[in-house]
Amino acid sequence: MKSVIADNLVKIYDKGKVRALDGLSLDVEEGTVLSVLGPNGAGKTTVVRILTTLLRADSGSASVAGIDVMKNPEKVREVIGLSGQYAAVDEILTGYDNLVMFGELYHLGKKNAVVRANELLERFQLTEAAKRPIKTYSGGMRRRLDLAASLIVKPKVLFLDEPTTGLDPRGRQEMWGVIQELVKGGVTLLLTTQYLEEADQLADDIVVIDTGKVIARGTSDALKKQVGGERLEVVVEQAHIAKTLEIVGAVSGNKASLDEGIRLVSAPVSTGSAALFEVLKSLDAAGIHALDVGLKRPSLDDVFLALTGHVAEEKKSEVEEKKKGRK
Amino acid sequence: MSAVNDVLIITRRQLLLLSRVPEVLIFSTIQPVMFVLLFRYVFGGSIETGQPGGYVQLLMPGIFVQTVAFTLAGTASGLAEDMKKGLIDRFRSLPISQSALVIGRTLGDSLLNIVVLAVMGIAGYIVGWRPSSGIGSVALGFIFLLFFGYALSWVGVLVGLSASDARVVQNVSFIVTFPLTFLSNAFAPTTGMPRALQYFAEWNPVSTMVAACRELFGLENQFGATAGSFPSENPLLTSLIYMVIIMVIFIPLSVRKYRNYAD
Repeated sequence: MKSVIADNLVKIYDKGKVRALDGLSLDVEEGTVLSVLGPNGAGKTTVVRILTTLLRADSGSASVAGIDVMKNPEKVREVIGLSGQYAAVDEILTGYDNLVMFGELYHLGKKNAVVRANELLERFQLTEAAKRPIKTYSGGMRRRLDLAASLIVKPKVLFLDEPTTGLDPRGRQEMWGVIQELVKGGVTLLLTTQYLEEADQLADDIVVIDTGKVIARGTSDALKKQVGGERLEVVVEQAHIAKTLEIVGAVSGNKASLDEGIRLVSAPVSTGSAALFEVLKSLDAAGIHALDVGLKRPSLDDVFLALTGHVAEEKKSEVEEKKKGRK
Repeated sequence: MSAVNDVLIITRRQLLLLSRVPEVLIFSTIQPVMFVLLFRYVFGGSIETGQPGGYVQLLMPGIFVQTVAFTLAGTASGLAEDMKKGLIDRFRSLPISQSALVIGRTLGDSLLNIVVLAVMGIAGYIVGWRPSSGIGSVALGFIFLLFFGYALSWVGVLVGLSASDARVVQNVSFIVTFPLTFLSNAFAPTTGMPRALQYFAEWNPVSTMVAACRELFGLENQFGATAGSFPSENPLLTSLIYMVIIMVIFIPLSVRKYRNYAD
């Protein structure tokens, strides 16, 4: 069963100047994780805001847990959890205060709200910080508390909009751990990210979006295949570069290329580890010691570049425009 | 009934905020008390009022009204802050009544006004303010003031949700509120103003509120209510009408703005 369906969503800002969503469709199978991957300004947040009833689409339709988002927004709100890119909790209140307040707003009643708050604080390792104002929390702790707030009533579908944006590597790792736990517990999750690695780590399926449209969909593996096979890479001493280019080129059957700065010789190969073995043998025979050698599968960065013709970070100015457009 | 409950939870949140950051409460009372002292001792000596008890009798209603008028700024900047932090998104994604957040916020700001008015009243009493009407009339005056603050709080909701930045909100509210409180009979007689301004000042809701409070606090001299215009003759009624008009216009506008604020 599909837990989330978005069909041909269109959202236009600034009287037609910015098409934030341009006929976007996607769906999430119950109990799976879909990652919506795209650069800043691609429309990720807009689609989450529409699916979570915060924003109305100009056209198209959407449903969450079988409920029509446009027709029954208040019913949708009962079954979703949302955690946004800003930790949307009250900074002045303590972690405990926040969770109890949101619990009460979910109509748990004071007593149950307190019980639930303590459970969640414990689960997200925030018990010690429970009585401190949020403003004393680290970025990672804030995100965890925000996530906890979106799980007060076990949601049928959870939306995480860029859950690790702005976190340091450690905070990101922690957050990934927490999300992976949730996924093991069988939650249906729609996650947006601009980190290609994050989608790779957390999601069953990935849709890549750019300028408000889905430009590719599939598993991480399928997307990588779509872009091309593996590359064989060898790093050698300066003196051996010419000979290495020759060897790698011969094994690959294609012309090998060179990244001079890091003395990296590489070429596409189709035979995987067999090619690797052959190159090592030839290098050995030629008396060349490889400093580093490996088979590299294309990263999702490569996927993005291949699909859109630009790298993922290129569109900062457009983001600013869209933020203004939201006002 | 769950809608009422939602509102109360939001209002309680605001009281909780005040208890966690007592500075907010302290500064929201220090400023008006400072105004009382400054006006009382700087202008009090040079403004001839012909009023038994002196300038402070006329001043206190003026400062009360000015203070509750600034509720507009308080509500607006509070909401702008919540918006900036993404809190409004969270509230809007909850299965609660869609106007609970704004209603709770306006009620919370009115509760703050109760405290502020009480402290100001005490400060006024210390520097010689003695309302000469009965306790019932004085109480009614304060209820009037709270209502006026509450009505303006709804204007603040719209300002807060419309602005792009909390600092802009501060400036906009200040630019709106400050001239309104001074182009009035609050601190000086309107008779000294140029003709056109006198006209404006007389119809200014701040003036009608000030005049209404003066009446309720037992003053004869309406201080600038001059030309026998309708508002100066009927300040209580005019003020009530203003409050109703403000709420009838701004409550639906604000609630609608909140519901679609991202569109």
